[in-house]
Amino acid sequence: MTAVESVMLPAAAPKPAAEESPARRAFRRLLRRKGAVVGLVVVLTFISFALLANVIAPYSPVEADWSALRGAPTPEHPFGGDELGRDVLSRVIHGAQASLFAGVVSVFLAMLIGIPVGLLSGYAGGLVDGFIMRFTDAMLAVPFLILAIAMAAFLGPSLTNAMIAIGIAAAPIFVRLTRAQVQAVKMEDYVEAARAVGNSPLRIAFRHILPNIWPALMVQATLTIASAIIAEASLSFLGLGQQPPEPSWGSMLNTAKDYMTDAPWMAVYPGISIFIVVLSFNLLGDGLRDALDPRHRE
Amino acid sequence: MIRFLFRRIAILLPTLLFVSIIIFGLQQLLPGDPAIAMAGEERDPQAIAEVRAKYNLDKPIWVQYGLWIGGILQGDFGESIRIQLPVSQLLLEKLPVTIELAILSMLVALVIGLPAGVISALHNGRWPDYVANIIGLWGLSTPNFWLGIMMILFFSVELGWLPASGYVSPTEDLWANLQAMIMPAFVLGTGIAAVFMRHTRSAMLQVLASDYIRTARAKGLYERVVIGKHAFRNAAVPVITLGALEFGQLLSGAVLTEQIFSIPGFGKLIVDAVFNRDYAVVQGVVLCTATAYILLNLLADIAYFLVNPRLRT
Repeated sequence: MTAVESVMLPAAAPKPAAEESPARRAFRRLLRRKGAVVGLVVVLTFISFALLANVIAPYSPVEADWSALRGAPTPEHPFGGDELGRDVLSRVIHGAQASLFAGVVSVFLAMLIGIPVGLLSGYAGGLVDGFIMRFTDAMLAVPFLILAIAMAAFLGPSLTNAMIAIGIAAAPIFVRLTRAQVQAVKMEDYVEAARAVGNSPLRIAFRHILPNIWPALMVQATLTIASAIIAEASLSFLGLGQQPPEPSWGSMLNTAKDYMTDAPWMAVYPGISIFIVVLSFNLLGDGLRDALDPRHRE
Repeated sequence: MIRFLFRRIAILLPTLLFVSIIIFGLQQLLPGDPAIAMAGEERDPQAIAEVRAKYNLDKPIWVQYGLWIGGILQGDFGESIRIQLPVSQLLLEKLPVTIELAILSMLVALVIGLPAGVISALHNGRWPDYVANIIGLWGLSTPNFWLGIMMILFFSVELGWLPASGYVSPTEDLWANLQAMIMPAFVLGTGIAAVFMRHTRSAMLQVLASDYIRTARAKGLYERVVIGKHAFRNAAVPVITLGALEFGQLLSGAVLTEQIFSIPGFGKLIVDAVFNRDYAVVQGVVLCTATAYILLNLLADIAYFLVNPRLRT
């Protein structure tokens, strides 16, 4: 997992009137970074592939075609055929659905758990904070993938359970980050002012603090999606994620490793797809971080 | 130093306690009644009752936890239902293999990551910096199991230079051992090398901009002395902590790497255990890994404390 420290951003100052909004300014800065733009374009392209898989995939991802059995790439099957003659290109396109969906859903779940807990920990302080932090430390002490494998093992192998396992395993990252950000802003004047006019702690946390720490969380989310996609591919590669015959890039690699001498293309294209998508999310995350915090532009 | 140690251990103990609770809690994720699952498909009530009594499943959950942790503290991690051997024995057998892989991978990471980071910082904004950054991003974005498959395809299948899989103990044949471990160590080490590269680059950039480096240069010291003795030594301090943190990544990565290269270490043990529903082994591996990670962090903190004089004041 990417270190939490890498996205420790200063809290955005409250928006001054009649000025360009911070979001627009950040987006303008993001567009100035070539790497981030390339990352954004590639991510959007793969999202389109995933959403339009049924329309653009030339063949069914699960239907066997005995004439293309472990067939080398041809104009009809540009990425070749797999061990059952299924079109590898179509499976890569449909596999994007599982991989991107798993990446996004598991990070959403991690944020859903991590952000409220981090808000509580940072805002409440004292014993509550100590308890939550020790529990978070304990979760972080178990290597991310090993925790995900262990949970997927106990929950049972399926894409849904893999997403739950990855989401829970990634939640401590958001707890840590949210807590650190809350601690950085909770003594700011606008939080004091919100407290002084009688806002409840819950309202202060969600209405005043959260919007100001949101940019840092977004950067972390982007970088965590990259890790989650690799984690899903890893679980599927081990047979704990997407189950056959439905394709995912990890499960395609799992099958491909048994046919490396006869059909190496089965391993090449799903792997390249994972690499490109993860690289793009990393470029986008780096670009977002730089756009949101000028100190990182060294 | 003693106070620092006590403070760190005071934080470490509750963390270990929570780790044990989480790992014990994993068992509760099992769908349905674990006794029924373990008793076999016949679902014989007597067999189920025996399993319940044998594994203390008939007792309240906190009693089960107490018995489990009591056993762990005495080195009893339970028994593997597949191999019918104590889990502690399996862990002791597999641990040296994974440690060897982790050490070799860490060496690969250090040999690639640190010089790349230094070179990148020294040529900030020029082509060596761009090349190092691209390699860094490549290392961070490549799934190591895919890299493993590609390396087997190239170095074993195409060129026939290295064995595709298998493990030979270094005590048996050191050369064969190194031949079997070089690809897994490279596969596992490249991701960590990228992290080292990025952090070393960032730390070096910070150090190179400081006054004492300017002073060292103004004194007329050779550039290699300025970089090697003054800059790198200070920039390397945060990398010590990072090394311990990345060890966790190595253990995670080892699961897949050992699977691809058929190396009989911790990673292969946990994956085999998962598919055989050998939950005591899964729990044992997770607990050992987490404890190793926590202890390494403690060692890193101590090392950081020792090499950073500012913390001692």
